[in-house]
Amino acid sequence: MTQAASEARLPVEATRRVERRFASDLRAIRIVWYRELARFAQDRTRIVAQVVQPVLFLFVLGAGLNTIASQGAHGVSLKTFFYPGILGMSVMFTAIFSAASIVWDREFGFLREMMVAPVRRGSIVVGKCLGGATVAAVQGLVIVAMAGFVNVPYNPILILEIVLLQLVLAFTLTAFGVMVAARLKQMTAFMTLTQMLVMPLFFISGALFPASGLPGWLEVLNRIDPLTYGIDPIRRVVFSYLNLSPAARSALDPGLTWGSWHLSILVEVLVVLVLGVAMLTVAFVEFNRNES
Amino acid sequence: MEELDGVGAAVEVGSSVAAISVRGLTKTFGTVEAVRSIDLDVNQGETFGFLGPNGAGKSTTIGMLCTLVTPTSGSARVAGLDVVRDRDGVRRSIGLVFQDPTLDGYLSAEMNLRLHAELYGMPRNRVAPRIQEMLEMVGLWDRRKSRVNTFSGGMKRRLEIARGLMHSPVVLFLDEPTVGLDPQTRASIWAYIKDLQQRERTTIFMTTHYMDEAEFCDRIAIMDQGTIVAHGTPDGLKSEVGKDRVQITTGDDAVAVEKLQAVFGIEAKIVEEKVTFSVAGGESFVPRLFSDLGISISSVSVAKPTLDDVFMLHTGTTIRDAEATATERLRANPMWQGRGR
Ligand SMILES: Nc1ncnc2c1ncn2[C@@H]1O[C@H](COP(=O)(O)OP(=O)(O)OP(=O)(O)O)[C@@H](O)[C@H]1O
Ligand SMILES: [Mg+2]
Repeated sequence: MTQAASEARLPVEATRRVERRFASDLRAIRIVWYRELARFAQDRTRIVAQVVQPVLFLFVLGAGLNTIASQGAHGVSLKTFFYPGILGMSVMFTAIFSAASIVWDREFGFLREMMVAPVRRGSIVVGKCLGGATVAAVQGLVIVAMAGFVNVPYNPILILEIVLLQLVLAFTLTAFGVMVAARLKQMTAFMTLTQMLVMPLFFISGALFPASGLPGWLEVLNRIDPLTYGIDPIRRVVFSYLNLSPAARSALDPGLTWGSWHLSILVEVLVVLVLGVAMLTVAFVEFNRNES
Repeated sequence: MEELDGVGAAVEVGSSVAAISVRGLTKTFGTVEAVRSIDLDVNQGETFGFLGPNGAGKSTTIGMLCTLVTPTSGSARVAGLDVVRDRDGVRRSIGLVFQDPTLDGYLSAEMNLRLHAELYGMPRNRVAPRIQEMLEMVGLWDRRKSRVNTFSGGMKRRLEIARGLMHSPVVLFLDEPTVGLDPQTRASIWAYIKDLQQRERTTIFMTTHYMDEAEFCDRIAIMDQGTIVAHGTPDGLKSEVGKDRVQITTGDDAVAVEKLQAVFGIEAKIVEEKVTFSVAGGESFVPRLFSDLGISISSVSVAKPTLDDVFMLHTGTTIRDAEATATERLRANPMWQGRGR
């Protein structure tokens, strides 16, 4: 090759140069994560809708039911009692919606652009889950900010703990959504399926009632519901910052039991994480199958 | 070039390795044989056109060459790399513009390219200058901050081509890059493609429904029902058709048609108020026409066969029918009309 030709070509060759595998996976994860945030930031209707719904639950349901249910609540306002559940709820809506964007991307082709890129499909899945988790946690901050309205103190440590727990829950919920989305090709199918699952999971999870002294069938369902293990830790940390009588505490924040074993927060968080990783693995496998 | 890893090592631009080489490539979907044992070679730096009616298997072939579809049997190498065994190598070496749009409508033009650069692990210091270079090439630099949703169909298509070129692929695959666009936009897209090929010696593999675009290609292949029914240079294929198209106007066209049948045994039809027929060696036939037809002829035109004739000869349909359905389908795609976020 002549000198001139090699010089003329260099810029092109330089563009083609590729980094090592791991570094390029990290870059891919980062950009998929970033894309998730960018999409969220520009979608104002979504931001508003996903704030309004939990707020409705918190204040309307809380205030409305308070009139008939105040005796059972040991002087604690129902709004305060619902608060941890609503923190979980806002995470749930946002996370599932993030996962829905995978179906959306498939329908509108963008997923294919990512699939033909020289990155492991796993990076795309991980980027999605982290992105979904971040968005959900950010969205959750709005609810965190309302603590004062429901007599929960603004304590920096508490806020940090809530945000961390929300991140874990959001990660697992997004992984769940991504796993489902990996199989479904149409938005309508995804929406139908999640709608069928999300509300029951939410109601059964104990977001709106304490998970003790339930009828047997409900207790079984409650312990199977993964969301239970995401919401209970949030309730525990929130309640640990409230000034309550021991009676009220044991009635409203009983914690979870498997038989006679009281689960610690750590175990609950582990349950959520393990589930998340398991679902992420399924999503990996799904995405690694060729799209043909 | 030893100091460069990645694609540069896999294929030397300008070396003798074929850009694409396909042997017995087959894909069946259940009972549908979408691609049936095709063979194909594309040289480096070539513009290769892939023509065929709807459902011929063009997109499926591109899918296999781009590692998105696993071949049922046969083998294919792109940039010297096997599409099954060295998927990542192939993915790094190619750019792909899909038949259906795959842009992120809610991101800016610039951001779409940046995303691509990150996914392809481009050297960081090359990203910004390359984005500028590509956007300037397709005339979208001024609109770099605009959301892609606000772009016209032609602008989106140009942006997709720019994106496919971001990482300087060895081979650029274009699946119907200009379908549904007006002639002016098509011409400008072609200008970009040609310009690019001059600069970066990229090999281009494209499908198209437009015959005038096929004329730009160095070589073309015509696919029908999963097999390649003809391939060669546009001129070579046209000469295979053999017959020229002759149109005459006469004092009495009806009589002329009868006489052509009686005297020369030629089927003629009246098309656009002219007596039209096909005959081998049209130019040398004209003098015989004047001496033997026996009625007055007021004008004669002889046309060489076009790619339309080639297409008709090998597939039994006109490309226009195929084109019409493809455009309809595209219109039906909501993303094209600016939906999607
Ligand atoms: N994922 C799939 N599953 C089942 N059949 C498929 C699939 N993809 C393509 N086919 C079938 O394979 C055949 C070839 O399709 P392909 O998309 O390759 O055609 P094409 O030449 O690109 O057509 P067009 O000009 O309309 O784009 C068609 O009969 C199509 O129905
Ligand atoms: Mg096609």
